Amino acid sequence: MYRYDEFDRDFVDQRVKQFEDQVSRRLSGELSEDEFKPLRLMNGLYLQLHAYMLRVAIPYGSLNARQMHKLAHIAREYDQGYAHFTTRQNVQFNWPTLEQTPQILKELAGVEMHAIQTSGNCIRNVTSDHFAGAAGDEIADPRVYAEILRQWSSLHPEFSFLPRKFKIAITGAVHDRAAVQVHDIGLQLAKNAQGEVGFKVFVGGGLGRTPMIGRLVREFLPQEHLLAYCEAIVRVYNLYGRRDNKYKARIKILVHETGLETLKGDIEAEFERIKDGVLSLPAAEVDRINSYFAPPTFEQLPYTAENLEAAKATDRDLAQFVQRNLHAHKAAGYASLTISLKAIGEAPGDATAEQMDVVAQLASTYGHDEIRVTHEQNLVLPHVKLTDVPAIYAQLQKHGLATPNAGLVTDMIACPGLDYCALANARSIPVAQEISQRFAQNSRQQELGDLKLKISGCINACGHHHVGHIGILGVDRKGEELYQLTLGGSADENTSIGKIIGRGFPRNEIAGAVETVVNAYEGLRDNPQESFIETYRRVGPEPFKEALYGTA
Amino acid sequence: MKLITANRLLNGEVVWLGAEGQWVSSFTKATPLETAEQLEAAEKRAQADSDNQLVLGAYSIEVCMEAGEFKPVQLKEVIRAQGPTTRLDLGKQASSHQL
Ligand code: SF4
Repeated sequence: MYRYDEFDRDFVDQRVKQFEDQVSRRLSGELSEDEFKPLRLMNGLYLQLHAYMLRVAIPYGSLNARQMHKLAHIAREYDQGYAHFTTRQNVQFNWPTLEQTPQILKELAGVEMHAIQTSGNCIRNVTSDHFAGAAGDEIADPRVYAEILRQWSSLHPEFSFLPRKFKIAITGAVHDRAAVQVHDIGLQLAKNAQGEVGFKVFVGGGLGRTPMIGRLVREFLPQEHLLAYCEAIVRVYNLYGRRDNKYKARIKILVHETGLETLKGDIEAEFERIKDGVLSLPAAEVDRINSYFAPPTFEQLPYTAENLEAAKATDRDLAQFVQRNLHAHKAAGYASLTISLKAIGEAPGDATAEQMDVVAQLASTYGHDEIRVTHEQNLVLPHVKLTDVPAIYAQLQKHGLATPNAGLVTDMIACPGLDYCALANARSIPVAQEISQRFAQNSRQQELGDLKLKISGCINACGHHHVGHIGILGVDRKGEELYQLTLGGSADENTSIGKIIGRGFPRNEIAGAVETVVNAYEGLRDNPQESFIETYRRVGPEPFKEALYGTA
Repeated sequence: MKLITANRLLNGEVVWLGAEGQWVSSFTKATPLETAEQLEAAEKRAQADSDNQLVLGAYSIEVCMEAGEFKPVQLKEVIRAQGPTTRLDLGKQASSHQL
């Protein structure tokens, strides 16, 4: 994994000192809240409903055991014993004090972490495929390019005050696990006919108030031009993006209002002007960064592990876990293992300090010291030996981390919603918990197969509800929580935005409505292998509408 | 009826303006403001305390009477007064500061 060089270390240390000074000036009254607020936000410190909230960056969702232990330590010592993993592969602490935040940042800097660019109108943490470097289907390791983008975008002076926040996602495989088409810039690694590595580039995707799917602006961008091209895109956006209206300030609106062809022309013109300059990426530099991400040395192993097969034969739960939570690895005898943070009835994405320590321990014992955070709010041990799976599973089970539901209906995304978030209109977590309880039975979930359910507590859509096969959006109707159902969304290589199916449901009816939709799907599917989204795409919304609202 | 609420600058804790201009940690100890004059005076107090680094983000909320006790009208304010509805061990509800 990437290690800080002197430059990185210096700048993170400086920022901690700076923030310490800013906090003391705030406490002494030298800085007013109006002056201080943008400074604390630049360091990831928000004010939420009950307390401050600190958002810590996890670059492209990658961290090691030492870092995870540190997060556990912070949860225990400075917070309430837990943390929340987010859909941007970051982590949030819900109860830090202002007074202690500089100390927390110091602790983080000690393990090469920080909270910079987790807020504000800048280029945010670049997100990526959580199976990067491990997946059998990848063209190249996307983390290498995510890291290059991180270095380029960190404290980029020209891009520190963009019209709005700016999010980049990158995937290395054809099967998109990073939802690249709903990001301001989406990058998909590709190879051209000559076998050279480059990117398919999408621009202007996004969720929120006005969901839009990214538009293809480049079929193939050679890797040496990655930075110049991204710089051209962000520069054009910085120039022309609207600053008069917060709701129209994202690049997706610019693409929409300017028209793709005109904007593409602007981007290409700027790219022509700056390409082959300082932003060219020499192959040697890519190689240098690549070396940080060199895969561990994998042993030569058979494709199957006898001990695992034997254990599966006697332990149905383990068999189910293997079926759902292991992902094919590029090395024989290995797998990527998903640790679900969606135990039945729990808050999606929350982990206790103890659980974080357990995951860190497992990563060092069995996982080559690597952990990933997924945008679906789970954790992953990307490289484990199949022979070690029974031992890992036993540990996970002891700590409530062995839920075999990866990709199933209870593996849902839910934002913090009105239980924590100052912007929320309605609660998300209790809705998630209730739905989780309704589908608690393992066999039932397995029968239903792949189903992505996503819940947001307001139109900002942190819970990605627009791209849920089933999406739930909490709104406020005259002071009451009301939930809108959208169906047919998807965030993979066939990205689609879900459609609102009809009138919303009050808090006590929404879980039932989801069950109605799911039951309808079961009746409609062609065969047990046809997934929810396939059925929906085949039959359209009508039969679901009928199931929910009758024919009247 | 209204109340003034804010968060303490130092630790972010939710507080309300109580009698004699003190910021109190418990919703039940907050002082309801019945008249426009009371509200204005309380808002002045809140502004002064914001300027003096005691609290941040002060604003007024609507409260109503229910079974002889006053309660926030908005769900958001009920949650601020109690804590996350999904974690009864956290926030005000975890200590004696109950609604
Ligand atoms: S979607 Fe809305 S409620 Fe949920 S975390 Fe984002 S801003 Fe808060």
